[in-house]
Order: sequence, then C-alpha cells, then structure tokens
Amino acid sequence: MTHRPAVTSLVLLLTAATALAGCSGTSKDSAQTNAPAAGNSAAANPNAEIKKGLKITYLPKAVNNAYFTTAQKGADQAATALGSELKATGPSDASASSQVTYINTAAQQKQDALVLSANDANAVAPSLKTARGQGMKVVTFDSDAAADARDVFVNQATTQEIATIQVKMIVDATGGKGEIAILSATPNATNQNAWIEIMKTELAKPANSGLKLVDTVYGNDDDQTSFQKMQGLLQAHPDLKGVVSPTTVGIAAAARYLSTSEYKGKVALTGLGTPNLMRDYVKDGTVKSFALWDPTKLGYLATYAAAALASGQITGASGEKFKAGDLGEYTIGEKGEVVLGPPTEFTKDNVDQFQF
Amino acid sequence: MAERLRGFARWETALVVLLVLVAVVGQARTGGDFLDGGNLFYLGLDIGEVALIALPLTLVVVAGEIDLSVASVLGLSSAVMGELWNAGWTIEAIMPTVIVLGAVCGLVNGLLVTRLGLPSLAVTIGTLALYRGLALVVLGDGAVADFPSNFTQFGTTPVPGTWLPYPIVLCAVLAVGFAITLHASSFGRSVFAIGSNEEGARFSGIRVKRVKLLLFVLTGAMAALAGIVYTFRFSSARADNGVGLELAVVAAVLLGGVSIFGGRGSLGGVLAGVLLLGGLRNVLILDDVSTEVLTVVTGLLLLVSVLAPSLTARIRSTSTGRRSP
Repeated sequence: MTHRPAVTSLVLLLTAATALAGCSGTSKDSAQTNAPAAGNSAAANPNAEIKKGLKITYLPKAVNNAYFTTAQKGADQAATALGSELKATGPSDASASSQVTYINTAAQQKQDALVLSANDANAVAPSLKTARGQGMKVVTFDSDAAADARDVFVNQATTQEIATIQVKMIVDATGGKGEIAILSATPNATNQNAWIEIMKTELAKPANSGLKLVDTVYGNDDDQTSFQKMQGLLQAHPDLKGVVSPTTVGIAAAARYLSTSEYKGKVALTGLGTPNLMRDYVKDGTVKSFALWDPTKLGYLATYAAAALASGQITGASGEKFKAGDLGEYTIGEKGEVVLGPPTEFTKDNVDQFQF
Repeated sequence: MAERLRGFARWETALVVLLVLVAVVGQARTGGDFLDGGNLFYLGLDIGEVALIALPLTLVVVAGEIDLSVASVLGLSSAVMGELWNAGWTIEAIMPTVIVLGAVCGLVNGLLVTRLGLPSLAVTIGTLALYRGLALVVLGDGAVADFPSNFTQFGTTPVPGTWLPYPIVLCAVLAVGFAITLHASSFGRSVFAIGSNEEGARFSGIRVKRVKLLLFVLTGAMAALAGIVYTFRFSSARADNGVGLELAVVAAVLLGGVSIFGGRGSLGGVLAGVLLLGGLRNVLILDDVSTEVLTVVTGLLLLVSVLAPSLTARIRSTSTGRRSP
C-alpha cells in the first residue's frame, strides 16, 4: 500500500502522454512540410555603406580548437578593417546542442550579426530562426546550418576544387605514372565519398591515363586504424607509387607510418591535412605537398559577409555581390552560398606561415 | 529531527539569498538583460530537462541511491523517437512508447540494484554506457530532424502571451505532484526512512526493495519524458543528445541540499538548486565571461554543493553542542 502515490504519479504520467495520443495522429506522412521562408523580403541595396560599430558574434563549433582559433584571427582582421565590434564566444564541447545557449545569448544581446560554424545543421535551426526573426543576420562558415535558418553560407571550397587539387598533387608527386590508392575516412563519409567520385572522373581523363587507382581503404578517421590500413596497403600492393588521403586524420597517420618505413621517398603521399600535423613530414621529405583551405581567409570572408548583410548591401539572394576587403569581390551563388576559392597547397616552403 | 529540519531551512534560505544575489548582480552586470522576459524564456528552456530529471532523482538520492544513467536514457529515448518517426509512427503513439521504454530502462536499473543487491553507483555507471550504446545502435551517428512544427513549437516558443516555456509549465505541474509524494505522503516518509536507516525501515515494515524499484522506474520514465522535450526543443533526434547531462542533474540535486548519503533533502531546495545553477550560467554567458572561467565556476559550485550543506549542518551541531552543558 505504501507505494500508491508513486504508482499514481507514474500512471498519471503515462495517461498524460496517452491523452496526447487522443484524436488525430501526426506521422511523417501526414505532417505538412511547411517551411516558412524566414523574412528575406527586404531588397538589397548594393550601394549601402558598411555600417560602423556593427556588433558581430563569432561562434565556433567549440573553443580552444586550433582550426577555429585560426579562423577567428581572420574574423578579427575583418572586424578591425570594417570598424565592427567582434565578440568571440562558444561552448567547450562540440556536441549537437551546445551552441544553442550561445545563439540565444547573442539574440538577447541584440547583436547585429552572428558568424558560426554549426555543430549540427538541425539542432541550431530553431534558435537561429528565432534570432533572425528578431533582426539578427546569420552567416555560417565551414559547416552549414539548415538552409532556411541562415542568410549566407561561406563554403571553404567546392567539391570539384577539392577533388581536382588532390589529383593535381598526386600527378605532381608520382610523375603521373603508376599505381595509386586512396586512404579515406569512413565508408559512408559524405564529403570524402563526393571527392573520391570526382577524383575517379578526373583520373579517367586521358591526361591522367598513366595513373591507375588500385584500391580504396578506410581508416575510419581513427589514427590507429588509418596507420594500420596504410601499412596494409603498402604490403598488398608492392608496386604502389602513391597514396591520396582526403582526410586530415588519415594523411597524418599515413605520413607517420611512411616516415619510418622503407617506403619513405619511394611512395608518394598527399591529400588534405593541417599544417600543424603535417609540418614535420613535409620538412623531412615524406610528403611533398598537401592541401587545405586557409581558415584565416574563411573567417575573414564570413565576417565581411555578415557586415554586408547587417548593412543591407546583400540579403543572401543568388547573384548579389559584395566586397570582402583584401580577398576582392564575391558573388552569392545558389542557396545563399559563397565559395572561398581553391584550397591552399602547402609545401615545405610555406608551411611555417600557417599555425593550425 | 526537528533540529535537522531547521538546519535544512537554513541551507534553503542560503540558496534563496544566492538566487537573489545572482539576479541582482546579473541584472546590474548585463544592463537589465538578465531579468528580461526573452532571456527568462531562454533560461527556462535551458533548465527544462535538468529540472524534469531532478524531480525523481531527488527521491532516489533521498532514498540513499543514485542514478547516473538518466542522460543516456534521455539519449536512447531521443534516438528511438527518431527511429520510430522514420518508420512512420505517429508522434502521439511514439510519446507513450518512449516513456514506457524509459520506465523499462529504469526497471532494469532497479532490478539490478534491489534484486542482485548491487550498488546503484556501479549499476548506473554500467547502464550509462549501455543505454548510450543502444542509442547509437538504434540511430547511428545520424540525426532525424523532420518533426512537425506543431510539436517542435512546444520546445521553441513560449506559452502565448507569456515568457513561460512549455517544458517549465509541465515541470511545475509535475513538481507539485512530486512534492506531495515526497513531503506529504506515507510513501514519501518511507523514502526518508529508507535513506536515513535502511535496516530500521525494513524492520518497521517498509517494503524497501519495492519502494526503491519504483523510484528507479519513475526516474527512467521522467528521463524519457525529458528526452522527448529535448528532441522537440532542438527539432533533432540524435543518439548523443544530452551527453553529460547527468552531471548537471546530480549537481543541482546536491546543491539543493539533498544529502548524498540519503535521508535528507527537499524538493523545493532542489528546484532552487536547478535555478541557481542555470541562472548563474546564464548570467556568466550573457556577461561574456569566457568558457574557461565558466567551467571553473561550475566545477567550484559542484564542490560547494557537496561541501556546504554538510558543513552548515556540522557547524550547527557543534555550536548547539557547545551551548548545551
């Protein structure tokens, strides 16, 4: 008898939930896909001056991350040049929902614009929409949010550009002849698979007929697994001349294996990597070159886009143009996307200029 | 007992004073932004899930046990919600199913603790990993985000005409039920009795195991309810939703003056603890305090939350000890 109240509350809880089940059912099929386009009704005025003293919040995926600290340098440079007030904030972990508090705070502080890299495209969407409803402009960079939750997305590079530069680098490193392999992230990694598809198309072109792609392996973006997969690749294919790793974790692990193995200098390695992880390997000759976009420029461009939005120069519609300081003029493409440009190629000559 | 109760009243008074202090200082530091309706709405949203889980966990801790698997149950319920939605179920059918699932998770915890006599700390650390793992099995690292807006609005908009978030209204209603259960029912008295002296409770005819089992089931169901709220709030069902939330809940319960050794505590204190932790965090972020400082402050508060109540109790007992001849 003693447990009756607890039972009662549990039952109440369940009935409350079932009561909701009441009359009409809402399922995936019956739910209307109503995506109200958040107010972009105002027309752009291309000649509008950039306002002075704009308040901009910079919100990375997480603080104390070298990549985003580097991007913040660019954002700071842009804010100084524009006479804007940039405030950097952010959560200590990159979980899906940790940014929402900071988005709400920016809205509460009545910031003019928010520059963010979304941890989860959908989890930040509701709060971004509310914030935009209150007049805040939203620019995403590096990782996009749901398209109807932001004004402009600054993309680091197009899929095509990222794939092409990797093919170019492997051609350079191998002399365009011999067997090559790919060491990727996970088998279902969206970005990597898109790049690999285009790389295959590029390799099929007559100009690259000397190169033969013999294998694609997956290191699951895990350092140890990537290391072992690289080892396995070299043993399985004795005639291998080069490896492309389109993931920063993979290329670093592969370089670590290569640098101490008998294959050093015989098998070429290239791909996407960060200067901090790859510095030693380009200097000791294991790797000739690797590529990635420059986060400083990314932060710089995103901040310029935010200021242009907040000043009414652009609204995020396709075809609008704005000036981004030293980087020149940019045009907004489909779905409010701006592309930074081709990735930067790092070699032993320029790698020390980059700290991320 | 009466003396203990007075000691308690004091800690709760201290909490209220701290709350007022945070509000006044926060209001001044943020130029009036803190006590603004819009901000209070965000604050309410941020503490909603913690408050919902803190309600049943208060009873669990008062009974001398702990449940660290709550955030994983939240994640599992969110993942299952997404998976069932993808499978074409209606939201109205998904919600009770998920709450029953949470209750089953709690039942597993409770059976392991009461039937096998294992310590709840060890059991729920195990199920913390287990339930999170199951969530990943169910949904992988994907996200389901196409929930209908007439449901997600409960997590993103205030009750019309006010700044009150729906989860807080839900929480307030349930809090009344939990307060009555803990402080004004025979079941509540047996929970206190178990927490202060389990052996004694058993000999006075309280069905200790059954009471504990019920508390774990209740906690599981409430954690699943919090999972539904969380999913609607972010319009995003993910397996990693709410990772680490158990620490925030336990911190709030302890800061609220519930003794980690069981037998002492009040629901009002816990709600004040939830508000204090959430409010302080909100003020600090609004005041542009860096994340590093925020983490340090939260850590210190955690320590204070364990130390202060027992410290005040000790000071009280020594001072009264001196006075008596």
